[in-house]
Amino acid sequence: MIALIRRDLRRSVSSGGATLVVAFFLLVATLFPFAIGPDAALLAKIGGGVIWTAALLAALLPVERLVGPDLESGVFDQFAVRGMSMTLVAVAKTIAHWLGFGPPLMLAAVIAAGLLNLSGDTLLRVEIGLLIGTPGLAALAVVTSALVAGVRGSGAVTGLVMLPLAVPLLIFGAGSLDPAGGAGAIKLLAAVSLVLVAGAPFIAAAAIRAALD
Amino acid sequence: MLFSNVSFDLGPGDAAIVTGPNGIGKSSLIRIAAGLLAPFEGAVTCKADKALLTEASALDIDRTLVAALRFWATLDRAPDPEERITRAVKALDLEALADIPVRLLSTGQRRRASIARVAATDAPVWLLDEPANGLDLASVTRLEALIARHRSSGGIALVATHLPLSLPGAREIAL
Repeated sequence: MIALIRRDLRRSVSSGGATLVVAFFLLVATLFPFAIGPDAALLAKIGGGVIWTAALLAALLPVERLVGPDLESGVFDQFAVRGMSMTLVAVAKTIAHWLGFGPPLMLAAVIAAGLLNLSGDTLLRVEIGLLIGTPGLAALAVVTSALVAGVRGSGAVTGLVMLPLAVPLLIFGAGSLDPAGGAGAIKLLAAVSLVLVAGAPFIAAAAIRAALD
Repeated sequence: MLFSNVSFDLGPGDAAIVTGPNGIGKSSLIRIAAGLLAPFEGAVTCKADKALLTEASALDIDRTLVAALRFWATLDRAPDPEERITRAVKALDLEALADIPVRLLSTGQRRRASIARVAATDAPVWLLDEPANGLDLASVTRLEALIARHRSSGGIALVATHLPLSLPGAREIAL
């Protein structure tokens, strides 16, 4: 299990995964001020939502290389021959993917918060939300990757499959920024994230097994 | 339907060569034996660990040959992984390439690396799909010697090939 996590993490680092995600995330976050205009009060108001949207879009980037390349290079065949549980493999992939993209994204959110003129209080809420939400996002990325692996032109399909499923994370993540009613939203965010983390490996495993046939 | 009425039974030291024209289902037979494909009818019983060699090398292309082999040796939890890797690398004359990233290897070298991955396991059952593809004559001889050594230590080899391989005493399964 640890060997699997280390392998995936190394692959993500060596392919520049985190750097790309962070750069893309910051780019999307910078586009909003350009499009909306330098109204500091308005930016501070929508900034939290912008960060969540940017995080969601950035989470799409690494999806294609989570499962597809391993399927092609026969790595999953080798796992299967060794009688390894595909569910555990999917869990390992989820953990490695989160380690590779969750913490860097949380760091980048600090910079984005500066760009968007967010208050320290809002930034704290964003960070807590991301800490709770990104594991769910990582699980969703692995399951999407397993579902679209082997589909030709999977790049476009990836977004269409993953983004609608990530909407609850976005709603409750952005909802948790509300100082008045944020506490309820953050519990719901945690619930959605937990469901994704607990359920996704089983679906991903089934998808991988189907792809092996 | 690819093939029907295929039945065989291999014990320690046995080998079988699967032959037949392209597309007849040699690779599918290997995948069924490996448990990756479910047969439409019938069953596969295998009482020991299996090592599989297919077209795909399953070696990480951005790592060095030895590091890529080490990943699988670690997963297999066989005793003395380093010793096994060294022996397998030597048996396939890959010592000079040990620290070269897998992506720089040629087709034949990659095939030899995959064979080394199989040789480094302690799985008694070897399932080899076209192991001689892309190999030069010297490497084919090494492969034959490796399979012979594996069998003499009680191993089993099921080999699908369209190239002639000399495996003394192997039974032929013609599809």
